[in-house]
Amino acid sequence: MEGLARWMKKNLFSTPLNSAVSLVLIGVLFQALGPLFDWLFLKATWEGTAQTCRHGEGACLVFIKEKFIFILFGFYPREHLWRPILSIILFVSMSFYSRKPERWTRRTLWRWLKLCLLIVFLMKGGFFGFEEVSIDKWGGLPLTLMLSFIGLVFSYPIGILLALGRTGHLPFVKAISVGYIELIRGVPMISLLFMASVMFPLFLPEGIVLPKLLRAQTAIIMFMSAYMAEVVRGGLSAVGKGQYEAADALGLNYWQKMLKIILPQALKIVIPPTVNTAIGMFKDTSLVVIIALSDLLMTTKTSLKDPKWLGFSVEAYLFVSLIYFIFCFSMSRYSRQLEEEFHYGGRL
Amino acid sequence: MSDQQNQPIIECVDMNKWFDEFHVLKDINLKIKEGEKIVICGPSGSGKSTLIRCLNRLESHQNGTIKVDGITLNDNLKNLQNVRKEVGMVFQHFNLFPHLSILENLTLAPQWVKKQPKEEAEAFAMKLLERVAIADQAHKYPGQLSGGQQQRVAIARSLCMQPKIMLFDEPTSALDPEMVKEVLDVMVDLAKEGMTMLCVTHEMGFAKQVADRVIFMDDGQIVEEAEPETFFSNPRHPRSQEFLAQILH
Ligand SMILES: Nc1ncnc2c1ncn2[C@@H]1O[C@H](COP(=O)(O)OP(=O)(O)OP(=O)(O)O)[C@@H](O)[C@H]1O
Ligand SMILES: [Mg+2]
Repeated sequence: MEGLARWMKKNLFSTPLNSAVSLVLIGVLFQALGPLFDWLFLKATWEGTAQTCRHGEGACLVFIKEKFIFILFGFYPREHLWRPILSIILFVSMSFYSRKPERWTRRTLWRWLKLCLLIVFLMKGGFFGFEEVSIDKWGGLPLTLMLSFIGLVFSYPIGILLALGRTGHLPFVKAISVGYIELIRGVPMISLLFMASVMFPLFLPEGIVLPKLLRAQTAIIMFMSAYMAEVVRGGLSAVGKGQYEAADALGLNYWQKMLKIILPQALKIVIPPTVNTAIGMFKDTSLVVIIALSDLLMTTKTSLKDPKWLGFSVEAYLFVSLIYFIFCFSMSRYSRQLEEEFHYGGRL
Repeated sequence: MSDQQNQPIIECVDMNKWFDEFHVLKDINLKIKEGEKIVICGPSGSGKSTLIRCLNRLESHQNGTIKVDGITLNDNLKNLQNVRKEVGMVFQHFNLFPHLSILENLTLAPQWVKKQPKEEAEAFAMKLLERVAIADQAHKYPGQLSGGQQQRVAIARSLCMQPKIMLFDEPTSALDPEMVKEVLDVMVDLAKEGMTMLCVTHEMGFAKQVADRVIFMDDGQIVEEAEPETFFSNPRHPRSQEFLAQILH
């Protein structure tokens, strides 16, 4: 408590001007957040039915209680819910475990591969007495996480290759990279998703039907790669010319130079924009609603269409925003942590 | 070192280089014998850096020939690799790899280019670090060292590849005055061991002490070549005289 007082004195009330600004801001915060707090907690309806909610003045938390399982997991069969829950727990724990660069080893990579297989197995089932759950029943948070995670895992290396292609000296590779990046960046993701769901089937040999989920995933990877490529290119040009020359002078070949000297520095420089892109993409996966995949946003919308529970969209969207926020905020914190970890003794 | 039938280790014949329209190097003819120490000086923009950067093909020349240790420099990648194994380079701004420790800076190229086993590369690197008197800093990062220490590491990093020729591009001009000596001392030692050295520098003390020849460049040409004593006390060309008059105070 005393620490808090000291902190406030030092940071909020150090000078008369600072004190005035602090007081005004605190007043504004109370004015704005007070009613929200009232609505969300004090006046909220915690128990009852839709009817009770309509009579109450506050938020209808009954609605959330009723629908959160559907919002989080979509049409996944209720009796098997432990499977997606376990998958998410495993995924989050493994992400947490891998947060430290010193753990980025081949062994961790293997663990990730095994974990991914395990999660697919858990989600899909169909062997060892596990009842099969067809892919079009997957929905909600697991789907959103899957689309973003797989999107990131593939688009990051593809983006790096595109950036190298674009900055390299092979004219043909360069033309292809530039063409691809500019083409993809020039169209909205929605149209790419549409094309993926309508046009991919036309290109594939007859008899091969890609599930809609996979088509959307491909579109997301294609889209994200182009953006990652531009982020990485920024990093490549931010590494000083002297680094390239020193590597050349030592006789390193192109790939050694890039992998050992340039990329480690370039990727470090662009951690903030990389995470920024990843966060953007995480939210943009919600665009798959337009091709009717039941990701987190779609399940939210569906829950609002229940005739018994019409009219609670504010509660629903607040809830789903909170979930998006938790993940985006974690990513953003993580970006800060990584930047610090890679701070090699003072000067870069 | 006259045993090799006086075959020059570096030979430029009528070498020219342009940056687009700009004629940077004009009809350069240069022969350097194994073990020779050359100091290159001249006004800013005269092409000194460009000349030595052509010798390990950080820059490519447009006509004439350059031969280094018998290898002709051209677009052939194999030749390029071979030449760069023979030629070490030290830059004005050190250009150490900031994300690698000092030891890793030294062992990277031997391990990847020469395919040396890690232990061997590390043992040799430690020996070199001892020689430049920074073995105790081996596990620090470049950003934690002083400028003089960084430049000594940069020299050691080049030496790790066991080159036959060392190129220096103003190795002391980015250093605070009190650190110049520690770097020059390392270079003097290297010269005593018989390394072939080309050094762009305006350190006249160093030139007098180690150089066999001083080459004076102006406007992309080699204007004068002489022994250091002669060059500094009695320059022949008017532009050398003017240049020396300027740097002498
Ligand atoms: N990459 C480049 N593209 C175009 N012009 C260049 C390039 N590098 C150097 N030049 C020009 O070539 C000329 C010679 O440059 P160089 O760096 O060799 O000079 P220098 O003698 O080393 O000068 P300093 O003492 O300032 O280092 C300069 O006029 C410079 O502007
Ligand atoms: Mg120069």
